[in-house]
Amino acid sequence: MTLAASAIGKNAAASGPRAAPVPLAAAAIFASALVLLPIGFTIVQAAGVSAGDAVDLLVRPLVGRLLFNTVGLILAASATCALIGAAAAWFVERTDLPGRKVWGVLAVAPLAVPPFISSYAWVSLSNGLQDFAGALLVITCAYYPLVYLPVAAALRGLDPALEETARSLGQTSWGCFFRVVLPQLRPALYGGVLLVALDTLTEFGAFSLLRFRTFTTQLYAQYRTGLDGPESSLLALVLVALCVACLIGELKVRGGGRYARIGAGTRRNTRLAPLGWTRWPALAGFAALILATLGMPLGMVGYWLLQHASAATSPVAPSLPLVLAATLASVGYGLAGAAAAVLLAAPLGYVTTRYPSRWTVLLERTAYLAQGVPGIVVALALISLTVQLIRPLYQSAILLVFAYAILFLPFALVSVRAAMAQVPRGLEEAARSLGLGWFAVARRVLAPLTGPGLGAGATIVFVFVATELTSTLLLAPIGTRTLATEVWANTSTLAFAAAAPFAAVMLVISLLSTWLLANRLGAVAFAGRD
Amino acid sequence: MAELRIAALTKAFGGTPILRGVELVVSSGSLVAILGASGSGKTTLLRLLSGFERADSGTIEIGGQLVSGPSLHIPPERRRIGYVAQEGSLFPHLTVGDNVVFGLSRAERRNRVRAEALLESVGLPASYAVRAPQELSGGEQQRVALARALAPAPKLVLLDEPFSALDAALRLETRQAVAAALASAGATALLVTHDQSEALSMGMEVAVLRNGVLAQVAPPEELYRRPVDAALAQFVGEAVLLPGVASAGFAACALGRLALARPGAEGPVEVMVRPEQIRFEPVARIGAVKAKVLAVAYFGHDASVEMSLEAETTPATVRVAGHMAPPPGTEAWLSVEGVVMAYPRSAPLAELPLPLAGGKPPANKPRAFTASN
Repeated sequence: MTLAASAIGKNAAASGPRAAPVPLAAAAIFASALVLLPIGFTIVQAAGVSAGDAVDLLVRPLVGRLLFNTVGLILAASATCALIGAAAAWFVERTDLPGRKVWGVLAVAPLAVPPFISSYAWVSLSNGLQDFAGALLVITCAYYPLVYLPVAAALRGLDPALEETARSLGQTSWGCFFRVVLPQLRPALYGGVLLVALDTLTEFGAFSLLRFRTFTTQLYAQYRTGLDGPESSLLALVLVALCVACLIGELKVRGGGRYARIGAGTRRNTRLAPLGWTRWPALAGFAALILATLGMPLGMVGYWLLQHASAATSPVAPSLPLVLAATLASVGYGLAGAAAAVLLAAPLGYVTTRYPSRWTVLLERTAYLAQGVPGIVVALALISLTVQLIRPLYQSAILLVFAYAILFLPFALVSVRAAMAQVPRGLEEAARSLGLGWFAVARRVLAPLTGPGLGAGATIVFVFVATELTSTLLLAPIGTRTLATEVWANTSTLAFAAAAPFAAVMLVISLLSTWLLANRLGAVAFAGRD
Repeated sequence: MAELRIAALTKAFGGTPILRGVELVVSSGSLVAILGASGSGKTTLLRLLSGFERADSGTIEIGGQLVSGPSLHIPPERRRIGYVAQEGSLFPHLTVGDNVVFGLSRAERRNRVRAEALLESVGLPASYAVRAPQELSGGEQQRVALARALAPAPKLVLLDEPFSALDAALRLETRQAVAAALASAGATALLVTHDQSEALSMGMEVAVLRNGVLAQVAPPEELYRRPVDAALAQFVGEAVLLPGVASAGFAACALGRLALARPGAEGPVEVMVRPEQIRFEPVARIGAVKAKVLAVAYFGHDASVEMSLEAETTPATVRVAGHMAPPPGTEAWLSVEGVVMAYPRSAPLAELPLPLAGGKPPANKPRAFTASN
């Protein structure tokens, strides 16, 4: 590792003015290496299968069915998410829809509802909503904001002068839309759709509750039945390959600005299209959308909360101590996961913003690769790894926190990087010329200036960890029950009323954190920039 | 305050030499201006001095202590060098007062009086201490940055184009305040600038950095009146360059027989005359040469007049007072006051465009000439 660190140093010295200090480079390499660990181990395990066996294992009806299910759902969900997301964005950004600012906030809010909670809501409403139709409904409700956000941002960023020019060249408003606006929205649209595909590939909880078979549910089932050998690793690699393809596609489509910001920037003064009488169907559409995405989960959780727990065939009736223990476990792991992810991301973010070179770009890309590794793959790899090599870590809290840190490192890194990039290098140099050593510079200059950004990153990771299901289910120490695992366990046994209190606490944590992120940390982070 | 000694300093980035053996001595308590075009290596020199970059070879000595040399690189925080950056680099999360006392010990930082005294030393009201840096104008921010740099009593203060981001009116005022604060602190200071008039007016000595070496280090008047070569003459001001022949302390050229500032040149030379040395008169005088006005660039207080000389194809630029500006076509007599410089000429003048690497045109260059006939 020291060797590699000095290689980074040398390259930076050749191409730029300075080289990263060895300990810093080592910490950055460690973070990236951690992301590669589960993928690497999965590959090593799959390598145990001979080529002929591998073909036999991959070319069989089961894999075909999984592929058919997954790809079919991705195609259908891409279409519905693109249509709903883009239409909602256009109405909010470009028309005089009454209350469009409120609709704009509500349209993003479903991101704060974990998909398996919506899944729970629909499943508990009717058993008919299962398999493909249910999966499509839940995925569309959960992920259309991934298209809405980038398309809305692109619409805000469009230069109205281009449309005016097109109109002056004789285009009708429809011609203008198809020949000028839509082509400019294409990168945002494709990028959003690829994110929908990626999240559909990695989702486990929602499909498990809907009894819809995909790669993730199959991997889980094989693990539960003790069939998790090299065959599982092979299947996991197929899944990872699909995910990485989506990730690379998304990177290519959107280039540098890969991450949509929530609620950033001021609205441009573009001319709003008057809706006239069509505002009524548009309003009805938005109402239906919000009802399905927010009203359903909130309403169903509320309904089941009011039912008596014993009415719901629950093996263990939820009691206040149980809910409290699960809440504490979720919050505790959320805090630990957030701290670990930000600690890993900090040196990485510092090195990539301060010492840009081919090597640091490679490190950063590696860290972002974690987005393309589903939680179930990380969890299964870490289980095999610890069982075979580091037995004491198996089913330990530390291992679970490590898994969270690996899974959510990209989200922490985005915030950390943005915060670091906002601090001009001149400030650190001014502090050093005034006699401060590196630690004092970090404490008195970097920490106060990047604090809000790091806080935002930590909050994002906290929400994801506190509502995480897959790796928690597989890696949590025996006896540890979090809100997510309780909802899953109860819903799997159709004990909907028993699941409700846990689901309610999850929704509260998720919505509160999102609100905090948008209103407090976001505001502080943006005020610091002038 | 301490003496600064730089010897044989070199630095290259990715194989491109930036500094190629810089030699400079700044005596204790004096202000030296480093003048150079953009890309000449000025900022690199300052970054080597402050320790943000490591020199490839050569030595830097401050107050008799070696801070950079073969296998020695003292980190910036242990050099006791104050640094004022181009953009001020005030900490946005601290008040003006907290910025000023940033480099002091914890006990000293608590003392509000100290911050206020430091602010007053750079000519700012003590009441600014509680403000946020963003509330101050650019010039005020630069003064706060200077107060911050002076607070820990550094051995040396480096100023990296501190006035370039300011508008003209603010620049003059800020320059004066900074010069006064540096003088009263008795600070040894190095000011880096690409602005000739700033270097000449602020530096006790001016060092011109060109192609990675110091082309000339001299007091401002010496530099302006006796630049070491023709390119330097054009860089530090406007220059009229004419071919001539030198002998016995005089040079004969299209402007007549002129006394040399540095006798000794013999044979074909290039004669350098400053435009304000040339007297413009309507009537003939002994030693004057006849010329015709080609074009006039009028600036108000004065005017730059382009004149064709009888014995020379290259026109000469003459500076006349604004109220004396002649119309194009006027015939007049020119004579030269004072001594002039002569540089040995090997190639014909036409082949000597004499560019400075990435050089900027001299200040006060005529913006446009009026139509000529």
